[in-house]
Amino acid sequence: MNILYFLIGCSVLVALVFLGAFFWALKTGQHDDVYTPSVRILFDDEVKNDINEKSDKNHISD
Amino acid sequence: MSNPTVTQSSVCYHCGDKLPAVKLNYDEKDFCCVGCQSVYQILSENNMCNYYAYNDTPGQRIKDDGHFEYLDEPTIIAQLINYKDKDNSIVTFYIPAIHCSSCIWLLEHLYKINPAIFSSRIDFLKREVTISYKHDKVSLRQVVEVLNQIGYEPLISLQDVVKEKGNSVNKQLIWKIAIAGFCMGNVMLFSFPEYFGLSALEKQFQDLFAWLNLAFCIPVTFYCAKEYFTSAYASLKQKYINLDTPLALIIAVLFIRTAISTIFNDGPGFGDTLTGLVFLLLMGKWVKQRTYHHISFDRDYRSYFPIAITTLKDNREKPVAISEIVVGDRLLIRNGELVPADAILMKGDAWLDMSFVTGEAEPQQKVLGEIVYAGGRQMGEAIELEVVKPASQSYLTGLWNKEFYKTDFKKRNFNDSIAKYFSIGVFVVAFVSTGYWLWMGDNAKAWSAFTAVVIVACPCVLALSTPFTLSAILSVFDKKGFYVKNTDAVEQLADLDTVVFDKTGTLTSTHHSEITFEGNLTPGEKLLVASLLYNSSHPLSRQVLKALNPSKIYSIAKYNEVVGKGIMGVVNGRMIYAGSKRGLPFEIAAAQDKENGGVHIMIDEVYKGCFSVEQQWREGIEPLISHLNEDYDLKVLSGDTNKDEPQLKKIFKPSTSMLFNQSPVQKLDEIKALQARNKKVMMLGDGLNDAGALKQANFGIAITDNINNFTPGCDAIMSGSSLGLLPNFIQLSKDGLTTIKISFAIATSYNLIGVYYAVQGTLYPLVAAILMPISTITIISFTSLATRYFARKNGLRS
Repeated sequence: MNILYFLIGCSVLVALVFLGAFFWALKTGQHDDVYTPSVRILFDDEVKNDINEKSDKNHISD
Repeated sequence: MSNPTVTQSSVCYHCGDKLPAVKLNYDEKDFCCVGCQSVYQILSENNMCNYYAYNDTPGQRIKDDGHFEYLDEPTIIAQLINYKDKDNSIVTFYIPAIHCSSCIWLLEHLYKINPAIFSSRIDFLKREVTISYKHDKVSLRQVVEVLNQIGYEPLISLQDVVKEKGNSVNKQLIWKIAIAGFCMGNVMLFSFPEYFGLSALEKQFQDLFAWLNLAFCIPVTFYCAKEYFTSAYASLKQKYINLDTPLALIIAVLFIRTAISTIFNDGPGFGDTLTGLVFLLLMGKWVKQRTYHHISFDRDYRSYFPIAITTLKDNREKPVAISEIVVGDRLLIRNGELVPADAILMKGDAWLDMSFVTGEAEPQQKVLGEIVYAGGRQMGEAIELEVVKPASQSYLTGLWNKEFYKTDFKKRNFNDSIAKYFSIGVFVVAFVSTGYWLWMGDNAKAWSAFTAVVIVACPCVLALSTPFTLSAILSVFDKKGFYVKNTDAVEQLADLDTVVFDKTGTLTSTHHSEITFEGNLTPGEKLLVASLLYNSSHPLSRQVLKALNPSKIYSIAKYNEVVGKGIMGVVNGRMIYAGSKRGLPFEIAAAQDKENGGVHIMIDEVYKGCFSVEQQWREGIEPLISHLNEDYDLKVLSGDTNKDEPQLKKIFKPSTSMLFNQSPVQKLDEIKALQARNKKVMMLGDGLNDAGALKQANFGIAITDNINNFTPGCDAIMSGSSLGLLPNFIQLSKDGLTTIKISFAIATSYNLIGVYYAVQGTLYPLVAAILMPISTITIISFTSLATRYFARKNGLRS
């Protein structure tokens, strides 16, 4: 059962990694604005669509 | 979403206002005015019509072109921008017009209009946009002009709203919560085997678990809970006990007991209770600190003032920051601009709208050489002023400089008032039981009884029930358009006996006004008037035009607009004049007894009458007043003349005291006089003229028709349509305090059970570890259920 000593160490370490990840997210301002990104992600990117269409047409003409 | 390309709609494609009979048509779409059409043109030229795809009619009607010359001044630019390097600048603006997803889309695609604005990010809830641009390709002024062109004029005021609000959420508290939560989780994990009893195999780990728990308790005690110790120390120094004092004692006792039992290896410690307690306490603190992102409660005159004003030096216009204005400067104030400092009128015809400062509806005329006070808005031609006092020392600013606001009038909250008795009770029980066991000669039991009593009697519920109840009430309020500053303010709301009303803008609405015409106009003449008004963008002209709702519009010749006075022109060969009385081309006997305001009409030198705009009482005023009359002393303080007194008398009780022509300082003094008579005063007002009174009152409510408009500093902001619910709001806050008291009784009964075991010195850590969360869960679920129940009872929740 001595393996438990090692496993406990691992579990604390993993938990610390998550805590660190949370602090990183907090520091880089990922919690500052919790609403706008949810809207932003739904916008279509027209510019890219244009390029896709053109490249599709090129394929057809080729 | 309906198909946005429908052309047969009756609303403007851009702003969604009802179309007038004569509409503009462009690109097969209808627009209500030139402004809306020009925004559409800009967007369609830049291939940005997606703006209209995400929402129907997302636009805002454009106001007049602003003057942004001051944004070319390097000193002002330096004040505004957040960051600047060799090529790029970053600036954050507060834009009140942001309201829907189309706004986000448009403002984040500014690069399509001008590629030098290479990035723009919106924070929707704060209504802020952060713009990065190449400052050698586009100036700050051009950036703002682009925003203005598309209908999103940023609000740039002396008190930069953006920077003041930077630290609204206490990040350090979140760090502490995270660490406490992390430690709590791990400690629970390692305490779990103990809860179920250790098998022989697990016994070998007991030591390790105990030491690990102690290790997790160290950051929780010395970092997360540090504030409780400093606060307790500070309050003891002042010979006063606050709620943090017993909490600090408990945390200390828990930590010392855990450390001792770990080091001497005698049984499990209280690590789980300690970490859990600190975590919950911090959560309560966080709930209490949460406020609204998008509303500022601490605005003063500075957010009403512009950041810069035009000065005249050697006959040349030069924009200067308000803070740099010195005595003797010549100021140029254009139509609609604000006088930023007390000054003497040197040139021009000054008609100042002082309504925001004094509450008086009629503009005042000033003669040359007369002193003009800061805060007035010029209506008419540009005037020149010479500054006699810098902006920071003006009459208006004086309202904020007074030091004597809010002395001891605010009630101490329930928590702090009970903390003293609570602490004394705990100490008495703890020392008596310790003394008993010492007298019995059982030293070990004496120590364990002392610590156990202190642990069990934890006022953690007291520290939690208040923030949880009150913040639940806050969220009920804010769904109904009543935004209270913080949870402490809710407690103040429950404890009032006098309600003071302002009149203009508070009892009356600035938005819903009725246009009445006194005089005679034939339908044909109405069309002539409408044709004239159609050419003006003045808000009054638009209102009257809307009321006339003409079927057709004639073309007009010799149109002339005298800013601030009126308009005239020749329609169908007849000379029409519309405007204020003082602007009438001739002295007209028939108009002598009329008030100056309103739109006076003359056709071919014959006075026809006047369209007057009557302010309407807000809806639901009468039931509100009769309801409040039962429990409260009411009072009216108005800055306006007493012309509405008869009408007010009908609404209020005849005995209600009403004071008119009150200056801002008189209003403030009146509130103070009431407080000196031990009255607890609620003040409802709207403008800068009420600012002093709102600040001094025990509970100041600013009424506004648009939450994003300027409101003076106050305890709560209420949207005008919710005014009728005021008695319900007050009742709910009272019920909230009842809830807190009941939950305190529940917690006390839990504590008594715990103390029964504690005084006998037989409190096992497991019991403490279970008792505390159970009582916490009971209390939090009780408070949230009770709040829901009371909200429904008061009609604030369906």
